[in-house]
Amino acid sequence: MKKDSPHSSTIRIIGLGNGMRGDDAVGLLAARRIRQEVGDRAEVIEAEMAGVDLIDLMKGASVVILIDAVRSGKAPGSVHRLDASVSPIGGQVFSHSSHAIGVSEAIELARAMDVLPTTVIVYGVEVGNTEIGRPLSPPMGEALDQVVKQIIQECEACHA
Amino acid sequence: MTGKEEARNTRTIAVDLVARVEGEGALRVTVKGETVQDVQLKIFEPPRFFEAFLQGRHCSEVPDIVARICGICPVAYQMSAVHAIEQIFGLRVEGALRDLRRLIYCGEWIESHALHVYMLQAPDFLGYDSGIAMAKDHPAVVTRGLRLKKAGNAIMTLLGGRSVHPVSVKVGGFSRVPRRSELEELKDELLWARDAAIETVRWVADFDYPDFMLDYTYVALRHPDEYPFNEGQVAVSSGLQISANEFEQHFTEHQVAYSTALHCALQGSPYLVGPLARLNLNQEHVTPLAKQVLTNCTIALPLRNPFHGIIARSVEILYALEESLRLIERYEPPPLPAAPISVQPGIGMACTEAPRGILYHRYQVDGDGVIREAKIVPPTSQNQSRIEQDLRLFMPRLLHLPDQEVALACERVIRCYDPCISCATHFLNLEITREGAA
Repeated sequence: MKKDSPHSSTIRIIGLGNGMRGDDAVGLLAARRIRQEVGDRAEVIEAEMAGVDLIDLMKGASVVILIDAVRSGKAPGSVHRLDASVSPIGGQVFSHSSHAIGVSEAIELARAMDVLPTTVIVYGVEVGNTEIGRPLSPPMGEALDQVVKQIIQECEACHA
Repeated sequence: MTGKEEARNTRTIAVDLVARVEGEGALRVTVKGETVQDVQLKIFEPPRFFEAFLQGRHCSEVPDIVARICGICPVAYQMSAVHAIEQIFGLRVEGALRDLRRLIYCGEWIESHALHVYMLQAPDFLGYDSGIAMAKDHPAVVTRGLRLKKAGNAIMTLLGGRSVHPVSVKVGGFSRVPRRSELEELKDELLWARDAAIETVRWVADFDYPDFMLDYTYVALRHPDEYPFNEGQVAVSSGLQISANEFEQHFTEHQVAYSTALHCALQGSPYLVGPLARLNLNQEHVTPLAKQVLTNCTIALPLRNPFHGIIARSVEILYALEESLRLIERYEPPPLPAAPISVQPGIGMACTEAPRGILYHRYQVDGDGVIREAKIVPPTSQNQSRIEQDLRLFMPRLLHLPDQEVALACERVIRCYDPCISCATHFLNLEITREGAA
């Protein structure tokens, strides 16, 4: 950790998902694009199927921004922004994870163990097709642009 | 009974989700009076199509593709695949490369078992509805469990390039092997983890277990010299012992109308794979330390209660840590990270021991090394009939309870198997229909 730099390690962006399951890759792709744009203003991690390991991935950061695929019934490509810092975001919209321990559970586990970073923001991109081997569906293109733009703005606000 | 009376006496219990099971699916139970009429484990997600997906791919791509079948046991898929393909090419991987394959498998067992023991099954015995609720009251215990899991992650990351979907496993060996110093760096944490694993066995040995002894047919690999990971014969508790090449002559998959996953049976009957079967069939290869811990906890093998799966899993965490330390101690980097391969056409089969039990792969490869046919039999599809059978036997003692409690108890039985429905396709809603109940 570069402690002398005001930009390093305090903001961590974590893209989640499964790169082989169509739209489920959206969080990973967003993280990849953000990495190219934010430079050393934030750490960027791509984490496939993190499960409980998310607790460790969040450790040491003061602001964590997570990006994952969600399914809540809204149109594919819709973007949700949820603040998990003080209260649960609810597991229902993240039911898409094939893991027993999804994003919302990992966050709550970290909260129960008193190791949750001060600020945890979750960006959820509403997904369409998540079948194995499928490409990203068309609505994901615009959603990716929006998520990347919003998160970069959020990083800039943190450093303002 | 008239149709009207029957309808009035029918009771349906539905639970939408069996929690803390990897994947998604459903269970339907039909009860008439005091008799369990039918138990159906249903699978929801589209059928796994990796077998078709692999056709036309070059055999060198297989380890990376099959690693994606499951986020919990990717090494198992890679290991069964490379061993089956190497059989076709007449290649036996020996020495340090063989050791590294055992070591990465140890990492996966530690990771997978620690997650199941601590986060998925322990809450059942301690009276919590989730690992999160348990963590609030037992943060130190959960911290120990997560740190144990992380020790497994560290092995996977070093050998596989990352802890999920490792990328370094290839036909013939690895794309990169570690330096001795890199493995040495793991030792301190693995020593801590070994002690934590002893504590884990003691901890779970103290749980209250339902009195539920069953007469199982166990199936696991057996090797003359070691606790099985990648090699050995497929052994059945009845005494049958066969090579992986004979697997399909004895074990047959069949479709059931209510599920998109195939059910596998041994000569038509259910059987058990996984830690309980493995431990019972390989008692002589349990380390002296693990034996001592079991003796101190007054636990005698064989274990015949499905709820004791958590004990078997904990013993295997301890075994995997001891084995990891042993393998690291004697490691000398091999001259090449992978043995050279010479592509030949043919058919190859292999069984390896995934955390949840034997995982069978068969590949047909043409002269260009392209996969013409692939068959995969994951452990959860092998255990499905056995889970149904256990539920049939366990249900009668639950029928006096309200439906919701019956459902929760069924979930607890299912979780004993650590079913990974994302391998067998996916998992779980629960519906109980009671016919003729008062």
